[in-house]
Amino acid sequence: MTEVLAECVNATRRFGSFTAVDQVSMKIEAGEIVGLLGANGAGKTTLIRMLLGLLPVSEGEVRLFGRPPSRQTRHEIGYVPQGLGIYADLTVAENLQFSRGVYGGPRQDYDAPAALRPFASAVVRDLPLGLQRRAAFAEALAHRPKLLILDEPTSGMDPLARARLWETVQRTTDEGAAVLITTHYMEESQECGRLIVMAQGQVVAAGSAAEIVGQARVIVVQSDSWVSAFRALDAAGLPVALVGTTLRVPQASRADVANALAGLPCRLTEAPATLEERFFELVRAREPAR
Amino acid sequence: MTAAQRADGARRRAASGTDREWGTRDLSVRFGKRTALDHVTLRAAPGQIGAVVGGDGAGKSTLLGCLAGAVAASQGEVQRPPAARVGYLPSGSGVYPDLTVAENLAFRASVYGVSSAVAGQRVTGLLERTGLASARQRLAGQLSGGMRKKLGVVAAMVHEPELLVLDEPTTGVDPVSRADVWWLIIIAASEGAAVIVSTSYLDEAERTASVLVLSHGRQLAAGTPAEIMAGVPGALRAIRGRPQEDEQPRAWLRAGQWRVWDPPGACAPGPARGGAGRDGGSVIQPDLDDAVTVAELGSELRPADRVEGAGPGLAGGAR
Repeated sequence: MTEVLAECVNATRRFGSFTAVDQVSMKIEAGEIVGLLGANGAGKTTLIRMLLGLLPVSEGEVRLFGRPPSRQTRHEIGYVPQGLGIYADLTVAENLQFSRGVYGGPRQDYDAPAALRPFASAVVRDLPLGLQRRAAFAEALAHRPKLLILDEPTSGMDPLARARLWETVQRTTDEGAAVLITTHYMEESQECGRLIVMAQGQVVAAGSAAEIVGQARVIVVQSDSWVSAFRALDAAGLPVALVGTTLRVPQASRADVANALAGLPCRLTEAPATLEERFFELVRAREPAR
Repeated sequence: MTAAQRADGARRRAASGTDREWGTRDLSVRFGKRTALDHVTLRAAPGQIGAVVGGDGAGKSTLLGCLAGAVAASQGEVQRPPAARVGYLPSGSGVYPDLTVAENLAFRASVYGVSSAVAGQRVTGLLERTGLASARQRLAGQLSGGMRKKLGVVAAMVHEPELLVLDEPTTGVDPVSRADVWWLIIIAASEGAAVIVSTSYLDEAERTASVLVLSHGRQLAAGTPAEIMAGVPGALRAIRGRPQEDEQPRAWLRAGQWRVWDPPGACAPGPARGGAGRDGGSVIQPDLDDAVTVAELGSELRPADRVEGAGPGLAGGAR
């Protein structure tokens, strides 16, 4: 049986009268890459803070490595926050040394990535963002954590740098660790074996990308003038996206679209929805109307 | 704002005879010894959305700044409308943090000589649709990142510019706010503006009419997304298992599977190069993400081609 590294059972966190995380149940098993998706305010950061042991639950339960979160469980977690969480006015080597001290004792077997070695004595703030990111990763991985938590790790990266980072993540899971990752880049969530979609503090979908998309479809509108078609669909209040010169309308029936187009010469076809389109459907269903 | 009013804007522009193309030709920018941009040609056509893609330090902000008139060219040409007809969102938020949402927009409108009645009407529709209407009296500095970007885009298009230049309007913005930003971008294009957007998200670029790929200040590829995908040199394979040692520098991981790029003239392993080989994996059609990755790999494997000292540059290249 696979080892369960992290588990939430009806985990709830309230701040005053506001419920940030609402009855969330989920598991992360060894060797998994789990993507956590959601808009700002969906509860992702609060959930991560509960897993890190920085916030207690108001109700329900969070268990890490079979125990409640504590300073001891924190030793088994590597965390790279969005702001990277390394000290800008220390050198790379000093940062690594500091984290070794914090996580308890040297781990001589950890090999800093070759790309970082020439910069060991450089002050972090003087390094380009790509190297700062590598330093943050090296620091989070240095104590060989069982669970790696990454908050928006690839924001602003080019595809090659992003692919190289995913190699590092994959290697970590090959060695038996699990990774929980948040991303705003839907394409990238294909890298995750399993996704958890949150909205308004709740889990609204979970599974592989294909399972979450399911049978959802969109109407594709082709016409000589996308501008006229766009105006007609937009005026009817339909959510519409432009792809090249064709329009895609999720969450609408062919009849709705045809009505909105009111006789404009257009060709309508159907296509499977993308994960992003399905995501909006899930999230908007929970949102208060605008 | 109604569709009829938007159509009016497009007609006004067409009538004034300014429905022409903007962009840069052979543009180079140097800061001291550092070459930030090296012979870059970018087209911005009215009513179309163009994307400039690249990672941190690729030169995107320099290019967009030049196009908008905020950065001086060292060499080459920039065609842009008069300053009053350009809308520009710099890579920060482009709004004043200590003014409210309403004050930011009123200030912007007055700078561009748009009457408050006209601006008010235009802005109301845009704010309502993007979830900003209830935040009118809030300080811009207290908005969430996504709301601040949306405000920045609305502020940049308040005067119905002919050329709208948006530097990373969606970086770090959550998916729901991103959709709102894209709705604003489509509205601007539907009004007839030439829109240039820089982004590091290739799924966004894939939806635009033209894409320019920048890396280390150089133009690696340009064209429609389909042209860029079709123009990948050599062949791309999806393989089972790990790449062999000689393949590793040109291999990368995508959705849990390794891809290997064989440059033109390279000898791909496996029995059948054109189809599926049991050992060599199967040849696949590149998507835009693959095409840009190959372009970056190509420039990484030919270091002599690199512009000396262009940008911080190590984000993509270091291994």
